[in-house]
Amino acid sequence: MSTPDVEGLLRELAPRALGAVVRRHGDFADAEDAVQEALLAAAQQWPSDLPTSPLGWLVTVASRRLIDEVRANDARRRREDAVTLLDVPVDGLATDDSLVLLFLCCHDALSPTLAIPLTLRAVAGLTTREIAAAYLIPEATTAQRITRAKAKLRGERFAMPEDVSSRLRSVLEVLYLLFNEGYASSSGPNLARVDLSREAIRLARLLYAQLPENAEAGGLLALMLLTDARRPARTTATGEVVPLAEQDRTLWDRSRITEGMVLLTAALKRREVWEYQLLASIAGLHDEAPSHAQTRWAEIASLYGLLERMTGNPVVTLNRAVAVAMVEGPDTGLKLLDSLDLDTHRLYAVRAHLLEESGDPLGAAEAFRVAAGRATNLRERDYLTMRAARAGRG
Amino acid sequence: MRFMLLQAYGGVELEGCVPMTEWDPEDVKAHIEFQHTLNAELLDRGELVDAQGLAGPDQAKFVVSDGTNPPKVIDGPYPESKELLAGYRMVDVDSLERALGIAAQSSAAPGPGGVPIRQQIEVRQVMGAPDPEV
Repeated sequence: MSTPDVEGLLRELAPRALGAVVRRHGDFADAEDAVQEALLAAAQQWPSDLPTSPLGWLVTVASRRLIDEVRANDARRRREDAVTLLDVPVDGLATDDSLVLLFLCCHDALSPTLAIPLTLRAVAGLTTREIAAAYLIPEATTAQRITRAKAKLRGERFAMPEDVSSRLRSVLEVLYLLFNEGYASSSGPNLARVDLSREAIRLARLLYAQLPENAEAGGLLALMLLTDARRPARTTATGEVVPLAEQDRTLWDRSRITEGMVLLTAALKRREVWEYQLLASIAGLHDEAPSHAQTRWAEIASLYGLLERMTGNPVVTLNRAVAVAMVEGPDTGLKLLDSLDLDTHRLYAVRAHLLEESGDPLGAAEAFRVAAGRATNLRERDYLTMRAARAGRG
Repeated sequence: MRFMLLQAYGGVELEGCVPMTEWDPEDVKAHIEFQHTLNAELLDRGELVDAQGLAGPDQAKFVVSDGTNPPKVIDGPYPESKELLAGYRMVDVDSLERALGIAAQSSAAPGPGGVPIRQQIEVRQVMGAPDPEV
């Protein structure tokens, strides 16, 4: 027990160290590289020799690297940086810059493929290697994405954006994508040590801690917790998908559900209800239902109706069809599907399920077959193949 | 040494083997479990680099371009989809023999009634760094 949890400590300190170094030296891209090197050095040294001020250690080591780097560069640049060093006031290590960093890394000028790895490294404190393994892409490619992301941010001020609410949308979106990547992952065997959903929850907590008065920040964290609560029941030991209706509800994580519901209730009280709070409300209704049949489907259907009007997303309509079918019967659900202009495996999977419910096993088998042919996730394809086989037997 | 073990849709030698969606559900389950177990075993031995299944042949597209004109994109469905790649495993092993052994294991995946489907596996070595002696 004498070994400190260095990994956890580093991830917690990473954004604060980076914030401090950026404030001292001005350049985000260079500071980020220097902090990453300091983190790697700390990961080597700290397990046997934990400094008394870990944050101070990181800032000092990163700053030293940055200065070495500057000295190695040409004289003109050295003079400029020396000026920067003098001009930027050192406002201490107390400022928590994590939020500023999060807004910078989730900048809407960056596509998610660039924003996500940058956020994971700069804010979550993961190494390039860990991010690469989690996404099953080569380390060099990941490093290049981070470099490109930083290049696109050159010239951005290290400060909160003036229009926080519109920029918050892209922050929430990046974190939600990250969460889903971890939740739905993944094709192939999982070789990664990093759990992307956990990282997304950690970042959403950080966001919520800094913006406790923001209803959607609370809504997003609630949504993640209420969804993640079901994870232990979502797959079997061998990784097969278990649909909601067949999940062992005793495996659901009660503490996550409680925490999510408290957050959701607080968010809804603010009466600024948007997408993530609606999704969290739906997740909450599932989590609190004693069984699939005893779920408050009518409420779920009307929440999807609200979402549908808000987003116009056909995938939402697809989900509403499932809820409507639970209330009014499969035929009403099937009629709703006919109006949809969608060509995803999920449409066929839902159609197959409703056909099965309405007593048409052969129609269901055919739809499951089409769905399996279009699936892009191996686990889901296995599941749909199985359902096709079962339905085909009548 | 790295090898790609490639698996096409066709090349199943078991006679009268229908598509998997028409198998007995228990046989489907056994087949899927077999694949997971094999991957877990390779991972455990430190030999697995990557294993991926590809999305179905109806979603495959073929692209040809001369670099100037708009590219020619050919869409399915394809009559010759049996030749399309279904998935692959990449393994890092000590010898060709070991790669062939893994391919044999994979080829004997259980089909209907638990009978091995005898799927043909294409084994290709992945080009490595040049020999330092040369």
